[in-house]
Amino acid sequence: MDFRFDIIIDYMPLILRGTMLTIGISILSIILGSILGLGIGFGKMSSRWYIRWPFQSYINFFRGTPLFVQIFIVHFGVIPAIIGRTDPFIAAITALSLNSAAYTAEIYRAGIQSIDKGQREAAQSLGMTNVQAMRYVILPQAIKRMIPAFGNEFIVLIKDSSLVAVIAAQELMYWSQAMSGQYYRIWEPYLTAALVYFILTYSLSKLLNYIERRM
Amino acid sequence: MQPIIEVKKLSKSFGSVTVLSEIDARIMPQEVVVVIGPSGSGKSTFLRCLNLLEVPEHGDISIEGQSLMDKNTNITEMRAEVGMVFQQFNLFPHMKVLDNITLAPLRVRKWAPDKARAKAMELLRKVGLEDKANMYPASLSGGQAQRVAIARALAMEPKVMLFDEPTSALDPEMVGEVLTVMQDLAREGMTMVVVTHEMGFAREVGDRVIFMEGGSIVEEGPPDQLFSNPQQERTRSFLSKVL
Ligand SMILES: Nc1ncnc2c1ncn2[C@@H]1O[C@H](COP(=O)(O)OP(=O)(O)O)[C@@H](O)[C@H]1O
Ligand SMILES: [Mg+2]
Repeated sequence: MDFRFDIIIDYMPLILRGTMLTIGISILSIILGSILGLGIGFGKMSSRWYIRWPFQSYINFFRGTPLFVQIFIVHFGVIPAIIGRTDPFIAAITALSLNSAAYTAEIYRAGIQSIDKGQREAAQSLGMTNVQAMRYVILPQAIKRMIPAFGNEFIVLIKDSSLVAVIAAQELMYWSQAMSGQYYRIWEPYLTAALVYFILTYSLSKLLNYIERRM
Repeated sequence: MQPIIEVKKLSKSFGSVTVLSEIDARIMPQEVVVVIGPSGSGKSTFLRCLNLLEVPEHGDISIEGQSLMDKNTNITEMRAEVGMVFQQFNLFPHMKVLDNITLAPLRVRKWAPDKARAKAMELLRKVGLEDKANMYPASLSGGQAQRVAIARALAMEPKVMLFDEPTSALDPEMVGEVLTVMQDLAREGMTMVVVTHEMGFAREVGDRVIFMEGGSIVEEGPPDQLFSNPQQERTRSFLSKVL
């Protein structure tokens, strides 16, 4: 089998540009998703069912339908309805953030509920408000337990971001497809893409292991 | 004289199970009240109602005349006046001993860091753990952890201290060090409500003993009287098992 390194080198600038966009989309989406997920996670922990219900429905919808479908709905439906035109970059980040929020919400909830209820009671018995108990006692302990799950979600998100190539967001997968189309080659573009995704997720998991050990 | 805590016809149930029925009690300033009774009789629930960790359904609880059931009462502020020590210590594992003690004075009382720190060190000296200030709770023995928990509650300068079986989770050789701290506290005039199975402590330190069974107060009185001459058959039967 001949393997044409020369076309990979030809495409390198675009591959790198796509990789930067993949990283950008992933980082923005995990940040926005984590912020949104925090609100949704707390909403789902409410003791009142009518507050819990919309948050639970949100989680059910985004976890129970394919991300692929969500990307189309956001790109062709939601974003045009809001800004009056399509925009692949905004749609990509919106879809990935909304999707990721459903998963991070569950990470927050599981992390917070894993903390012994005696911790909250001790804080309350000292006169702390619920917010103070959460901020100084529960969250600092819960976050440490959430790190592995967050790392996992971040890795999933990097890989899933390849799906936004279908709405022409010009990230790594988009340029790999372009390369494949231009040269009628399969192995070079897609093995390159696979290798880059692997380097991204592998270094991220190493980084997270390091952070976890240090905490 | 105004009682520190006054409980009137307090009732509480979990679902269909009635755990407390029509409890009446008054805790006077500087009094040490010991609550005894079989497991499941509602002792913990009673204690937890006193700072609203459990919300009673009927009846009233007042701290220095202010009702906890009153809609205008700020429950969070009232809790700051009532110290609580738990069977499982419930120290904050992510904070050093010193920070465990200063957290609430800093955040709730808004004390200056110097003042909170000085108070914490004074209390650590008092419970004999000055050298543990910069350790994490995980490195303490059970007896040490419980003494830190007592110091943490005292740092808020509460009007009354509640103890829920403070020595039940300890290895036998550590029970003494915690009881000694509590005895010192009683001698200094702290108002205390103590749920315990340590009958020696009840007899020596208690001003009054309350015997609970099945969610009611069966009998109460000075320890000498209750232990040597119980009036109720149920009290006699319980005491014959534990003494
Ligand atoms: N959160 C709860 N939910 C349901 N039942 C409870 C709860 N807390 C306590 N109980 C029940 O209330 C009764 C009294 O419990 P408790 O006050 O812990 O007794 P004690 O401290 O005297 O052993 C027990 O039967 C217990 O099972
Ligand atoms: Mg109990």
